[in-house]
Amino acid sequence: MKSFTYERAQSPADAAAAAARTEGAKFIAGGTNLLDLMKLEIETPTHLIDVNALALDKIEATPDGGLRIGALVRNTDLAADARVRRDYAVLSRALLAGASGQLRNKATTAGNLLQRTRCPYFYDTNQPCNKRLPGSGCAAIGGFSRQHAIVGTSKACIATHPSDMAVAMRVLDATVDTVQPDGKTRSIALDDFYRLPGETPHIETTLTKGELITAVTLPKPVGGTQIYRKVRDRASYAFALVSVAAIVQRDGSGRVAMGGVAHRPWHVAAADSEIPRGARAVTARLLADAATTHENAFKVKLAERTLAAVLAKAKG
Amino acid sequence: MQSSKDFDLSRRTVLVGATASAAIAAAPAGAHAKQAGEPALSKFSLKVNGTAHQLELDLRTSLLDALREHLHLTGTKKGCDHGQCGACTVLVNGRRINSCLTLAVMHDGDEIKTIEGLGTPDRLHPMQAAFVKHDGYQCGYCTPGQICSAVAVLDEIKAGIPSHVTADLNAQPQLNATELRERMSGNICRCGAYSNIVDAITDVAGSQA
Repeated sequence: MKSFTYERAQSPADAAAAAARTEGAKFIAGGTNLLDLMKLEIETPTHLIDVNALALDKIEATPDGGLRIGALVRNTDLAADARVRRDYAVLSRALLAGASGQLRNKATTAGNLLQRTRCPYFYDTNQPCNKRLPGSGCAAIGGFSRQHAIVGTSKACIATHPSDMAVAMRVLDATVDTVQPDGKTRSIALDDFYRLPGETPHIETTLTKGELITAVTLPKPVGGTQIYRKVRDRASYAFALVSVAAIVQRDGSGRVAMGGVAHRPWHVAAADSEIPRGARAVTARLLADAATTHENAFKVKLAERTLAAVLAKAKG
Repeated sequence: MQSSKDFDLSRRTVLVGATASAAIAAAPAGAHAKQAGEPALSKFSLKVNGTAHQLELDLRTSLLDALREHLHLTGTKKGCDHGQCGACTVLVNGRRINSCLTLAVMHDGDEIKTIEGLGTPDRLHPMQAAFVKHDGYQCGYCTPGQICSAVAVLDEIKAGIPSHVTADLNAQPQLNATELRERMSGNICRCGAYSNIVDAITDVAGSQA
């Protein structure tokens, strides 16, 4: 691990200002992904800003009936919150489908959103990777690509976003609240938060230099049957091959987002309106522009079948 | 590297010393660009198994390395060092975490409990006794992590924290083998003692109920 300096931030705005003025600085909260990557020298921050002392660990009701989840709320606490379990079950389910008990105790809400891909070529510093070393190429294209993305890919990158939580937050229409180095705050719809890889796969979100996530806000509950179904190579503690987050209403309408298929949680508004016509119709829209490799082509059918199982379960 | 004078010269000490020399030799590559060869140190305190310790360590020191290499509490094991195996599981302020994936400096003032703090050879913690009774190990390397994790799992179920296999999110989670297997999935046992581990935890849970 490369050497670094360290400070404990006193306020969100101070943290953002410090991150903007210090070249090579990174925020650290749970650290479960960042330290893993620092050990491998994939991440090499020269300065760490510890944000754990900031009072961003509350889950509070918003005036319009939603929930404001502090950036530092641990995954375990978010999944176990009584309001989340009752009104946003898809979020509890997604969190509980991810990682292990130990990791969920440490990992934070904002850190979960910002975790990096688990593409094996991103992790292998002997291989080219445009995300790790811009311009070096992509070893996953033409490599072992069973885990990789099938939609929204580019010639530069076919990595997936590994988060389960973010897929549920996408289907719940969450917004990301931030503070910028000048102290100004803004809210970013999750759909506008994540970028597709394009020519710059190393730039993963629309956050600006130094900008700090302070919370994630959920709109008021939409009810319905909420399901998160994750398909993976072992029954627990593995990343998704395909996952489906769905909210289905009594009248048959609903929303669907998918994980494990793209560089960000995957949602297509036009696909939601196909839900009454079944999984095949939804998947045809959702994965219309799929560009698969020989090894991950199975994900298209797997996505359709996983969604079919989810919609059948929602009907009861 | 802090002094290892408390250790007798052993194979382990020699290996640690060799690693440290290699690190120093590699330093000019730019690892310590700021102050030629000087790693950044930090002073902080940890309360480990009820005893307060003042430490001054390289900022890069993981909680796991602070416990093992500096406080010489070698019960906590280093398996993968990447949060994938659970051998390094300890309890921080009562919650289980992977001690390999956190910096020691980030735990200034925290209360850490390791396997050494759960019980002693003369006075075993009930979970330790149950692992012995049910033969919940073979080589034993993952066992301290398994036991720390298992103790926390029972607390988590008591606290009503649901899991991936909990059928009803709004009901008190059940204590059964399916729940225990899911909740213990962050602790890998290469000898495959899983069924006996589940038996041991079930035994302790039963006697607590």
